[in-house]
Amino acid sequence: MKPLKLLGLITVLITGFFLIYGVSDMPNWGDKNAPASTHVSPYYIQRSQAETNAPNFVSAVLADYRGFDTLFETTVIFCAGIACMMLLRKEDDG
Amino acid sequence: MINRYDNLIIEFFCRIIAAPVFTFGVYIIFHGEASPGGGFQGGVILGAGFIMLAVAHGMDFTLRRIREKMILFLSCVGVFIYGGIGAACILWRGNFLDYGKLPLPLDSVSVIRGIGIMGIEIGVGLTVMGVMISIYYDLIDPGGIQPELSGGEEEEQWNSF
Repeated sequence: MKPLKLLGLITVLITGFFLIYGVSDMPNWGDKNAPASTHVSPYYIQRSQAETNAPNFVSAVLADYRGFDTLFETTVIFCAGIACMMLLRKEDDG
Repeated sequence: MINRYDNLIIEFFCRIIAAPVFTFGVYIIFHGEASPGGGFQGGVILGAGFIMLAVAHGMDFTLRRIREKMILFLSCVGVFIYGGIGAACILWRGNFLDYGKLPLPLDSVSVIRGIGIMGIEIGVGLTVMGVMISIYYDLIDPGGIQPELSGGEEEEQWNSF
């Protein structure tokens, strides 16, 4: 085996060991004591119906609590459309 | 490009299914706060409806329904609706995108927030629909969308610089 390939294999093995070691420290699937389920999720589940009158609290989080994020997601899609228009279209008045 | 009555079955089927597709897209946008879906998904369905018409009937048929300028205008208006609703909340002494401060004649703040959510979903849907159709138009026929602008005219325009 060439020395460069051997070096690559050793690098991949060491990195993989550290990644798997890090994954073993993560909370279990659906753990109710995990940080993701104790921080803001209970607030959204309990109060989003009363605060935003939206039965689907994914929409309430998307459009109300995280509205700034969604505004710029929309802007990113708009900019992607404008970029395709500039790259692919010859006329500039279309 | 497909000529008219090139395939009667496909054209007839798309003509039948077009109205339910557009109705379903609008339904997804307006029920985004109550059921799975929202502006992004509904906008994609509306855009896919127009792309289906363009595939089945050809570009001339579709350009008579929705033109390029109208598409660009709709996608700009979508972003403007979203940002405008957010900025309107500042005018009535709220934070940016704080829909509860909008001066609607309703007694409950939560209902006003629900209406604000629906308003921004409409904006998102318009933008996504416009961008989907615009990218399809650009890919299917780059540069030659308007047939009345011939190539020679454009060359003259570029040579005059």
